[in-house]
Amino acid sequence: MLEKAREGSDILIEVRFHGRGGQGAVTAADLLAVAGFKEGYYTLSFPTFGAEKRGTPVASFLRISDKPIVQRDEVYNPDYVVVMDPSLIGVVDVLAGIKKDGMLIANYPKGSEDLKRHLNTDVKVYSINATKMAMEHLGRPITNTAMVGALVGATNIVKLETLKGTIKEWFEDESLAEKNIKLVEEAYQYMKEVCKW
Amino acid sequence: MRKVVRGFYAIAHAVKLCKPNVICAYPITPQTEIVENLAAMHAEGELENCEYITAESEFGAASILVGASAAGARTFTATSSQGLILMSEVLYNAAGMRLPIVMVVANRALSAPLSIWNDHQDSMAMRDAGIIQVYVENNQEAHDLVPVAFRVAEDKRVMLPFMLCMDGFKLTHAYEPIELLEQEIIDAFLPPYDPPVKMTTKKPLTFGAYAPPPYYMEFRAIMHDAMERARKVIEEAMKEWSSITGRDYGGHTFTDYDEAEVAVVAMGSIVSMARDVAEEMRKEGKKVGVLKIRTFRPFPADEVRKALENVDKVIVLERALSLGSDGPLTLEVKSALYGTSKEIHTVVVGLGGRDVPRDLMVKIISEVYEGKVKPGFRFEGIHEYEEVIP
Repeated sequence: MLEKAREGSDILIEVRFHGRGGQGAVTAADLLAVAGFKEGYYTLSFPTFGAEKRGTPVASFLRISDKPIVQRDEVYNPDYVVVMDPSLIGVVDVLAGIKKDGMLIANYPKGSEDLKRHLNTDVKVYSINATKMAMEHLGRPITNTAMVGALVGATNIVKLETLKGTIKEWFEDESLAEKNIKLVEEAYQYMKEVCKW
Repeated sequence: MRKVVRGFYAIAHAVKLCKPNVICAYPITPQTEIVENLAAMHAEGELENCEYITAESEFGAASILVGASAAGARTFTATSSQGLILMSEVLYNAAGMRLPIVMVVANRALSAPLSIWNDHQDSMAMRDAGIIQVYVENNQEAHDLVPVAFRVAEDKRVMLPFMLCMDGFKLTHAYEPIELLEQEIIDAFLPPYDPPVKMTTKKPLTFGAYAPPPYYMEFRAIMHDAMERARKVIEEAMKEWSSITGRDYGGHTFTDYDEAEVAVVAMGSIVSMARDVAEEMRKEGKKVGVLKIRTFRPFPADEVRKALENVDKVIVLERALSLGSDGPLTLEVKSALYGTSKEIHTVVVGLGGRDVPRDLMVKIISEVYEGKVKPGFRFEGIHEYEEVIP
């Protein structure tokens, strides 16, 4: 998508993340805000504001643009939607307002076909078993870095190297950073394969 | 240095560089992270000659700062909503005692019903306290105006508290790239606080003394004069600061048009989107513009009158209510336009954090432009409602 910006035309990419409180939906949006910034773009990320409790459905938002971002309303017509928890499918209207040529990526163990059927949509929908990957790499079902890797693998909105650099700086604990980088790489490669670009 | 930070960090970082002597606060959403960051900076030893005090309430926090400021300290606090109105008794005193306390208000709705989300009702409730009020549009502006706040408040021609108002959550919790100020720039712009009088153990003084009828009125008239003088002091400071930072936010107001049939008057973070919509409409040949009000106290009536001189219709976007009257911003705009005849629309939006989608902004402006709505007071982005009192 950002190739368009590199060619000089206006661009604004809007992403909505759905997760459950404690899963790191805010961090997911923040990581891409930093990665986008590193690549020279204007970025803005923000949570749905409130007194969210662990486990309740939450959302966070991301805008990436080649111009200063003046829109601070919630993202109503996302280019991309990222769902971090399979249990949100059918509970939250995750496709709400998504652009016709948009894309949804979900952490969903039963595969893309099953997900597409479930969501009953013409929009591009891809699944990844991010919980399994996170358990293998982190030993915990924290899927935010995996899902960021998956989004970048599916869309190339930032370069993988930029994302890895961002994650390296993000985690103070070096070994945790390394584990997350490996997780991101696996999710990225998996999704790149699935989306075949 | 350009870095992606949250709004609350942008404030804390700027406050640190202004070298305050006493920071005192009580936590309240969505302000808390501002003072949390400052407390962390203090604990890390990044704040020299500075006391960080957690008070038992906002009332206590403001009271402690009154004492500290009277003793000659540079003082800072931040608060929101109920915290601000709990401070209000003390803040009227601070203004009357001419104490240049600088505070950030992370704007939030007032109870009841309880809301932690953004609008401007809290700071508007402090409108008449004798506190300078400036509303910012984005986090860069919030960051940049912290040194300006200290400089203006502490200027001997002013000596009044300064309230920097930023939209709670919308700005405080937004994560975006900010050009962070450097220490040398602030040191060159902001001299150390040199209080004209200060309380010491060797020279005890009374602040806020008993003023019976023969004296009280003059004190208030002097405050009024000081607030009037603040206009020029703010302008001077902003001008100098713009030339130093290279970022010009305009003066008390900012307009994006030379000529407009319809002008939107707004304050705070909603301004950017209104401007974006107006720009798009201008591309379609529609003469629409945005007048941003940055300084609300003292109110820039002359600038507003001039900016709206050739405008036919005015849309005032209200983020607060003055129940039983027009919104507080509308009252100012109408007063500034006294003697002229214009169509004025008061449009109340975004109370208690109700999101204002871009589509709603387009609708509000287009309907007025096309003459589809009658002037006057109305709510937008509101659901159907019915009052039920059994």
